[in-house]
Amino acid sequence: MITLKVNGTSQELDVNPDMPLLWALRDTLNLTGTKFGCGVAQCGACTVHVDGQAVRSCTITVGQVAGRTITTIEGLSGKVADAVTKAWQQLDVVQCGYCQSGQIMSAIKLLTINKKPTNKEIDAGMGGNICRCGTYVRIRQAIHEAAKTLA
Amino acid sequence: MHPINFNKLAAPTPSRREFLIGAAATAGVFVLGAYIPFPKRAFAQENSGMAKGIYDPNVFLKIGTDNTVTLLSKHFDMGQGAPTGLATLVAEELEADWSSMRIEFAPNNAKLYNNLAFGPVMGTGGSTSTTEAWEQMRQVGAAARMMFVTAAAKQWQVPAADITVRKGVLRHAASGKTATFGELADAAMRVPVPTDVPLKDPKAWTLIGTKLPRLDSLDKTTGKAVYALDIRRPGMLTAVIKHPELFGARVASFDPTETMKIVGVVDVVQIPTGVAVLAKDTWSAIRGRNMLKVTWETSQAETRSTTDIFDEYRALAGKPGVQALRRGDATAGLKHAVKTVEAEFTMPYLTHAPMEPLNATLELRSDGAEMWSGCQLKTLDEATLANILELKPEQIKIHTLYGGGSFGRRGSFSQPGNPVGDWIIELAEIVKTIKGRAPVHLLWTREDDIKGGFYRPMALHKVTAGIDAKGHIAGWQHATVSKSIIMGTAFEPMAVKDGVDATAVEGIADTPYAINALSVDWHNVKTPVPVLWMRSVGHSHTAFVMETILDDLAHLAKKDPLNFRLDLLAQQPRDAAVVKLAAEKSGWTYALPNGHGRGLAYHRSFNTRVAMVAEVSVKGKAITVDRIVAAVDCGIAVNPDVIEAQIQGAIGFTLSAVLRNQITLNKGVVEQNNFYDYEPTRMPEMPKVEVHIVKSAERPTGIGEPGVPPVAPSIGNAIFAATGKRLRHLPLTL
Ligand code: FES
Ligand code: FES
Repeated sequence: MITLKVNGTSQELDVNPDMPLLWALRDTLNLTGTKFGCGVAQCGACTVHVDGQAVRSCTITVGQVAGRTITTIEGLSGKVADAVTKAWQQLDVVQCGYCQSGQIMSAIKLLTINKKPTNKEIDAGMGGNICRCGTYVRIRQAIHEAAKTLA
Repeated sequence: MHPINFNKLAAPTPSRREFLIGAAATAGVFVLGAYIPFPKRAFAQENSGMAKGIYDPNVFLKIGTDNTVTLLSKHFDMGQGAPTGLATLVAEELEADWSSMRIEFAPNNAKLYNNLAFGPVMGTGGSTSTTEAWEQMRQVGAAARMMFVTAAAKQWQVPAADITVRKGVLRHAASGKTATFGELADAAMRVPVPTDVPLKDPKAWTLIGTKLPRLDSLDKTTGKAVYALDIRRPGMLTAVIKHPELFGARVASFDPTETMKIVGVVDVVQIPTGVAVLAKDTWSAIRGRNMLKVTWETSQAETRSTTDIFDEYRALAGKPGVQALRRGDATAGLKHAVKTVEAEFTMPYLTHAPMEPLNATLELRSDGAEMWSGCQLKTLDEATLANILELKPEQIKIHTLYGGGSFGRRGSFSQPGNPVGDWIIELAEIVKTIKGRAPVHLLWTREDDIKGGFYRPMALHKVTAGIDAKGHIAGWQHATVSKSIIMGTAFEPMAVKDGVDATAVEGIADTPYAINALSVDWHNVKTPVPVLWMRSVGHSHTAFVMETILDDLAHLAKKDPLNFRLDLLAQQPRDAAVVKLAAEKSGWTYALPNGHGRGLAYHRSFNTRVAMVAEVSVKGKAITVDRIVAAVDCGIAVNPDVIEAQIQGAIGFTLSAVLRNQITLNKGVVEQNNFYDYEPTRMPEMPKVEVHIVKSAERPTGIGEPGVPPVAPSIGNAIFAATGKRLRHLPLTL
């Protein structure tokens, strides 16, 4: 049994400790907001927060995150998360929406450590998240917008 | 995807009575023989005479006692926002409050929810959603509003003409009586559907043409939106398939011993296109597949490399092909040319790589089957499932979910029996093989997706074109080689005319430019590598060639590329206006610093006109796209914000194909694997994008695809302006 602390609740999981966190979240805990895009840490669709860090849940194992604090898109709360999701909605960033859980998780992390990112800093902070629909123009705008709200 | 015109044989409109008696039981019967050829459609100049659709509000609307208005959207969403557009049309005529609008995806029923541009087929694609439903959805809204008014008039005993409707509230000014949609819904839906449904004067529109928020934004920013990948059924097994490395290979034998040792793996079964591993969770299925040993029979397989295939194409291009167009006499014209350009272009296989990998869930019951998926062509999927599971189409129920991107990939029409099957076929084969003892969720991993075929066809074009002494085009001979998307499928007898697959030559044979001596030849090729329509279909390669050659000719004629094009569009005022607008907004006449260049491209596709001016900077071999200014005429802009988003997105989607993406074969084996070697555009590369929409009173036309074609040539022409180097092979490398 492995204990995972996800979105504020501790849960016992009877899974192989080598199972990637992504599949434990999706298949075992039924938290399907976190998405599978590539499985090899290339796209960021599976981004979650572990102890406040943005991590790719497809390549970190359940064993590695046992006992640590995990937050998924379903468990977001707080000023930064609110500002980011509101900005996303206000600018209608989404197209297919499939990458956006991961984009939002990365953007929250970026704005948490950097209250007013420049375009270059946004590039660096968001470069690991692919959006195949090409919503980058609006993601950039939404991050600036959220930064304004937070200022 | 490509628009298909099946109008002629559109299903007869069911009467209201027929609908009320048996809506659920009357699934459209899918008859392949009913299709009308593509070419008629592909070469049609404008959308004319869309078939009439039913507009019974009972079929399309659910009005809640909480005053919500839910549109049963016949179109699903794969990112383009089509359902939001349809809801706008309904709400406009219904006089609904936008915040009360909701969307649900309609069940598979081609009799009720067919695409009017496709005939008796329910499906989303070909950039048709808004244009095909333009009258129908407004009529649904208008009819519902009239029914509300009739119900209120009866209840209040006042003349209907004295009742007004605003934002979901009916009001009789004189008596001060009011009622909401929710309060009157029950009575209104019993009112007979009016036969004469006048639509609003465009001057009275309050929603159409405004930036309404998308109806799916909230769900898609909170992790609540449900995609096929998120479906969980009791007892569900997850399947992944081991496919052959070579297209056209078949299973000779397999050994499941090591796979079955993996905890969680439940079964290993052979299907016509590979071997499926079924497990209790996704990870175990993937691990099980890694341990699976399969030997393949490869006698029919493609074993050549990309360079060999292009050699074949090159040889073909030198021979006479199937004549797709003879306009004037290109050979004679070229004899008068004073300067000519003779050039070869190559375009690789490309894969759609939608962000959500292909997947779906299927459950077999004693009385039928139920599928959960995000697919473009419901009627075709229904037929596929019925065929393989030996059921009647009306026994198939499809739950449509959000599609995590598609770009044509979720509009597969691969037929059972094709050695390279697509995922819906494979899912049905698995469920059939295990006799439906558990619901099965089939997932193609990213590697399956990248390596799995159904690519944008690779293409080689050979063009000879020249200008006369006055700098006018003297003649243009165009030969193109690409595998037909349509031939070799069950559509062939219906969708190919005079030996020409219209999707292979669209964008050339129907060019709006006044090229008076133009010949177009096409060569089909045989290979087991399956090809499919990818966002903008043939235009995705033909526009690059057309617009590059036009730039060449302008250069030879020592004319400004803008004026050169405007001369050729003198008879096409709408097209010319778009080109002018893009040029003007880009600052066309202002010089750029050294190492920078500006390139113009224009293309019409899906009856939408898009021009782009790209600005690039070149340092050594590195190409950076700094800015793209786009102008669009897609008729009435139902939602300008969504149109802007589609152009931005088309640029983001296409940029990586221009700069690096390609699927290559090495002795038949696909060399790419995942996003590390087929890398989509990333944030730091995204140029500044400016989108300008031409004001129009014409019928709306497509917007999901037309943003793609001008991207590559505008960048290529900008590189030429910056460096003097003409690049003719995609991806563009210096
Ligand atoms: S799924 Fe984890 S980074 Fe792509
Ligand atoms: S919105 Fe579709 S992948 Fe980002």
